[in-house]
Amino acid sequence: MIYLELFITFFKIGLFCFGGGYGMIPLLEREIVIHNWLTSQEFINIISISEMTPGPIAINTATFVGYKTGGIPGGILATTGVVLPSLILILVISHLLYKYQHHPIIKEIIYGIKPVVLALIIQAAIFVAKNTFFKEGISIKTILNFNANGHFLKIINPATIAITVVSLIVLLVSKIHPILVILAAGAIGVILHFIGVL
Amino acid sequence: MKKIWILFWTFFKIGSFTFGGGFAMIPLIEREIVDKKKWISQNDMIDILSISQSFPGAVAVNSAIFIGQRIGGYIGALSALLGVIIPSFLIIIVVARIFTYVSNIVVVKAAFKGISSAVIALLIVAALRVGKAGMKYKISPLITIIALVLLLGTGIHPIYVIIMGIVLGLILYGFKIIRKKSK
Repeated sequence: MIYLELFITFFKIGLFCFGGGYGMIPLLEREIVIHNWLTSQEFINIISISEMTPGPIAINTATFVGYKTGGIPGGILATTGVVLPSLILILVISHLLYKYQHHPIIKEIIYGIKPVVLALIIQAAIFVAKNTFFKEGISIKTILNFNANGHFLKIINPATIAITVVSLIVLLVSKIHPILVILAAGAIGVILHFIGVL
Repeated sequence: MKKIWILFWTFFKIGSFTFGGGFAMIPLIEREIVDKKKWISQNDMIDILSISQSFPGAVAVNSAIFIGQRIGGYIGALSALLGVIIPSFLIIIVVARIFTYVSNIVVVKAAFKGISSAVIALLIVAALRVGKAGMKYKISPLITIIALVLLLGTGIHPIYVIIMGIVLGLILYGFKIIRKKSK
């Protein structure tokens, strides 16, 4: 039952997604692997599209993965699943929370989760980098072998690493909106393709 | 009834025009709800946003539910929630349909190689931001390292690592209480 699986999976993700959409990428990646829903490349494309379309990343990825695996009903169920924990928790305990929101225990739990969220975001970055910096169809084993043989340049995409570095510098030193950086990176990708370096 | 409709429409607009995830929506929510509609005071809004961030789930979704409930009860919560997710849903369905047809074209592949390279930079920026704001204790970086080793080195499901974080938070709180009592 693909629909039930989608709903339960996204409910689980909605329940354990803390600190914004990026932290949920490793959770979603794991579930996609378990259920064999998408390839890594497809998933990375979905993350990229979620960054380029309006709305929360959690909603965008839920709808996209749901639609890809179960059509429009799949999209509806995945999206419902990912927001339902928020809805239930907030409607049931929000009046309690207003009373206790300044209670230190909530702050302390957040201080425990934040370092874990950081680890999740780093893992998400490594996951995307692994599939972007290396040429298609390269396994970890070949990477290690090539590295030992000194042919490292043959298996990596130097152009993608350059785009990451330049984007990072632009994002850190300027106030340019991330969506413009993303669009520019896409355009540069196309140009580099026609020059023949990507 | 009119209020419920306005609530839906306000969040529909917010959901339609903010790029870059939930955090980008916060200024827009504040402008619409506090400055224009004057439904909620600035102080209450700060509280709502801080609770929204400590709840599981997307920040924009959580704050929509909170604000909706504040203004229109259960129906208000539901209409704000639908307002904030329907634009995303519709746009993604359309994009997903188109993308299925074009995803194998080489030029599209090259564009997406470029885009995912920029996404890596966005993730690094997010990591730097969380790293700056979230390292409250001396052992916080250690928690990050342990979590990272577990995530990358073992096959453990990320959910368990998150639960570990929650438990550690509770333990840290326990230590604080004990230390306070012994003083």
